[in-house]
Amino acid sequence: MNRRTFLKIFGASTALAAMPGCSTTEAKAAKKPKGPMTLRTNPTTGDKVSILGYGCMRLPKIDGSDEYDQDEVNRQVDYAMKSGVNYYDTSPRYCEGKSEAIMGKALSRHPRDSYFIATKLSNFDPSTWSYEESVKMFEDSLKNLQTDYIDYLLLHSVGGDKQDMGLDSMGLFNTRFIDNGVLDFLKKERDGGRIRNLGFSYHGDVKIFDHLLKMHDDGEVHWDFVQIQLNYLDWNNAKKSNDRNTDAEYLYNELAKRNIPSVIMEPLLGGRLAKVDNHVLGQMKQRRPDDTPAAWAFRFAATPPQVLCVLSGMTKMENIEENVATYSSLEPLTDDENVFLEKIAQHILDYPSIPCTECKYCMPCPFGVDIPTIFAHYNKALLDGNVVESPDSPNYEKAKRTFLVGYDRKVEPRRQADHCIGCGGCLSDCAQHIQIPTELHKIDAYVDHLKRN
Amino acid sequence: MLKYIRIALAWIFILAIMWLFLDFSGLARTWCGWMAKIQLLPAVLALNILAIAIIVGITLLVGRIYCSVICPLGVLQDGFNWLRGRFGKKTSRKNRFKYTKPQTRVRLTLLVVFIALLMAGGIWAFAAKVIAPYSAFGRMVGSIVAPVYDWGNNLLAAESEATETYTFYRVNGVNAWSMIVAGVAVVTFIVLAVWSFIRGREYCNTVCPVGTVLGLLSRWSVFGIVIDVDKCVNCGKCGKRCKASCIDTKNHWIDNTRCVDCMDCIDNCSTGAISFTRRPAHVKVSSMQLDISKTNASLKGPRKVQPTEESRRQFLVTGAIIAGTAAVATAQHVTDGGLAKLDVKHDPNRKVKITPPGSQSWDNFANHCTACQLCINQCPNLVLSPSTELDTLMMPSMSYVNGYCRPECNVCSTVCPTGSIKALLPEERAMVSVGLADVDYDHCLAASVGTSCGNCARHCPVDAITMVAIDPAHPHGRQRPVVNAAKCIGCGACEHLCPVAPISAITVNGRARHAEL
Repeated sequence: MNRRTFLKIFGASTALAAMPGCSTTEAKAAKKPKGPMTLRTNPTTGDKVSILGYGCMRLPKIDGSDEYDQDEVNRQVDYAMKSGVNYYDTSPRYCEGKSEAIMGKALSRHPRDSYFIATKLSNFDPSTWSYEESVKMFEDSLKNLQTDYIDYLLLHSVGGDKQDMGLDSMGLFNTRFIDNGVLDFLKKERDGGRIRNLGFSYHGDVKIFDHLLKMHDDGEVHWDFVQIQLNYLDWNNAKKSNDRNTDAEYLYNELAKRNIPSVIMEPLLGGRLAKVDNHVLGQMKQRRPDDTPAAWAFRFAATPPQVLCVLSGMTKMENIEENVATYSSLEPLTDDENVFLEKIAQHILDYPSIPCTECKYCMPCPFGVDIPTIFAHYNKALLDGNVVESPDSPNYEKAKRTFLVGYDRKVEPRRQADHCIGCGGCLSDCAQHIQIPTELHKIDAYVDHLKRN
Repeated sequence: MLKYIRIALAWIFILAIMWLFLDFSGLARTWCGWMAKIQLLPAVLALNILAIAIIVGITLLVGRIYCSVICPLGVLQDGFNWLRGRFGKKTSRKNRFKYTKPQTRVRLTLLVVFIALLMAGGIWAFAAKVIAPYSAFGRMVGSIVAPVYDWGNNLLAAESEATETYTFYRVNGVNAWSMIVAGVAVVTFIVLAVWSFIRGREYCNTVCPVGTVLGLLSRWSVFGIVIDVDKCVNCGKCGKRCKASCIDTKNHWIDNTRCVDCMDCIDNCSTGAISFTRRPAHVKVSSMQLDISKTNASLKGPRKVQPTEESRRQFLVTGAIIAGTAAVATAQHVTDGGLAKLDVKHDPNRKVKITPPGSQSWDNFANHCTACQLCINQCPNLVLSPSTELDTLMMPSMSYVNGYCRPECNVCSTVCPTGSIKALLPEERAMVSVGLADVDYDHCLAASVGTSCGNCARHCPVDAITMVAIDPAHPHGRQRPVVNAAKCIGCGACEHLCPVAPISAITVNGRARHAEL
């Protein structure tokens, strides 16, 4: 179903708009942990890794400021450590490049052997692709994280391409990691002990995934772990979001076959699975009255036994508390619940939301457009029933006001969708393979439609 | 009683007109827009016969009640005067006025000078516009009260934001505020505050051109303040408390050209000798002995339109150095996930300035505008701001830096009281061409660097821009925008949304005379 037909069908219905406040997690007293944090064992090193991993891509900021809130991060990390969370996943480019240093400050306050650090060799900026720059990036990571070894090091976001440089996914992978000797360097570092586990995070072209596993099979490189996107929407419906995406079921099974543990990213699809409409929420609550939609998604992601750890981007204390509760201890999904979530997935996929997870890999747009915020605003409006095309709809005026006022509030005018010139520079950066310019232009056309009518 | 009715009406008018200047929701202009249109000077400029007839009619019937109710500047001065009576030095709170001789010659001379200045246009007219009462009031509200109002609104908006409600939203009045207008407004405010604090309605009865004209008319008003000689005990209280200094207590005569119908004297008279009633024929003999008909003719006759000098419209087209244009396209691919710094945009040097749709021509626009700032405060698209150039000082000037003149919007044309921007229906708006877009191919990203852009073509609301391949042999090769002059309405969507900075690669030149498409 495309967006337009969807709007025709559901646009006039106010059912979805009725109680926007109820569509997300409730503020009720958080669920209490019922047991110890579930741990999974890394078959290579024997690490006992907490099933909940602390994602450091969306760290909290000081209210009303662009500064990251170190004190809040410290508090959250202390709570996480106390609750048994011992896997911390960062990268040299998260939080405008500040994530590693912030996490270094927060983590170094705890004994080094009480936690595992995962960071990455990022590959977005071509100026960092040389051997020297790559080594520097690794050394900087050690420095920023205030440590002398990395527990889990990943080749960052393997599987993308760089059309503007004439590189397809294979070309990009070879240029970035093979031809310059960077992979050999990392293997040497693993032998030397400064890297304890070597793996890669994967988005995109399945050819590369298969290629890297073949390297593993051929003995060219041993992958200690692989990070994949897995959630109940992508399990076997990934193609419905985007036909370049690959079902998580395939990815997980290929890894499981080889006894390679999976680290899970995007268990909530950037929050999309935490914010569901009232219909889905009702069904979930009927089955498990105390669980939030996020809890369902986390249980799904952690149920496959060879999942080492499920990453959750932590921003608010209450998210951490809730996630800790969900995994202390994990109740794996039953077969019946699996079938139920598959139905829910079909329902959610009928929503024409833009599958943006706000990872910000596309940013900064050189023309100043605030891509993830625009998509987030649009998706929220869609979920709240505030995307209404027909001026004859009874809730048109309210929806229009909510959409336009909210748009100006969240995105300053010079960063709105009308400033997207369609250069397509963002396309190769999008981990979800969203046709960013096309979607922005559609939103822009909708805004113009609202302003005219 | 009459005094309190007058005060109530005055409050209604001054508050409504203030709201008109402050409001950004569109509600005020729907309900109170007419209050600006019945201001005398704007109505005369707009040749708004109905409004003129109503004001003249009212004045001929009851005198200058206009000055005490409808004119916001007059009401404001009454406010200062009231403050003096309430909080001034104890000795001077009451009985501080006395009858003065009419300054008829001064008044008429100033009126003639005012008209001459207005007709001279340009910087000369500026002086006249400073004096025009309604516009002076508009500038005070727009540049002194509006920032506070907006700030308060934004506080509420922040609250509303925090609670995810949409009752209030942030407004940005920065483009509407200008140092020059604020300066003029503050000086006017201080001068009038001091003047009326000390000398009551002297400004209205000497300088104000509207006061002079209405004074001339009220000479013959049917009703007015009349002193009953039989009841009068010659205490002189009425004269000492008349802020217009127009009660000649000795002769029991009231200079009706200066009386603003405030009705204070009725309440002040302890013997009930003063009443508002039909004026007997003999009191209508005024001290204004000059030939009134002549002055009137010069005001109401067809206004001579000062030919606009070509040089006034011509601007030096100094080629703005557009640095950093191509830099946008070739900038290093930064990937830190943050927001790119925004380049500052500037207005281009336009060969002809753009005037708002409905203003018909540069001449019509410049000759009618009194710089009241109403359109500037009401423009929802942040296109209008006060001009800082000498020949158009404080008049609205159009800029596409913060927004563009949206084709469905006719707000400025509906609020303008002076006929400077004549009313347009929303559907007429898109049929009026206020300018013509022109592309600088050297800086256009598509034409010069080959970036696939076309943002101008994508946003043109009238489909006047097409992206055309530069080389016909390569239809999918480098493209450039081509403007269809027969369709372009000069709205500035292309200029506003052009990614090239600081000067857009596609810019709009005004049309000295608007075209109907």
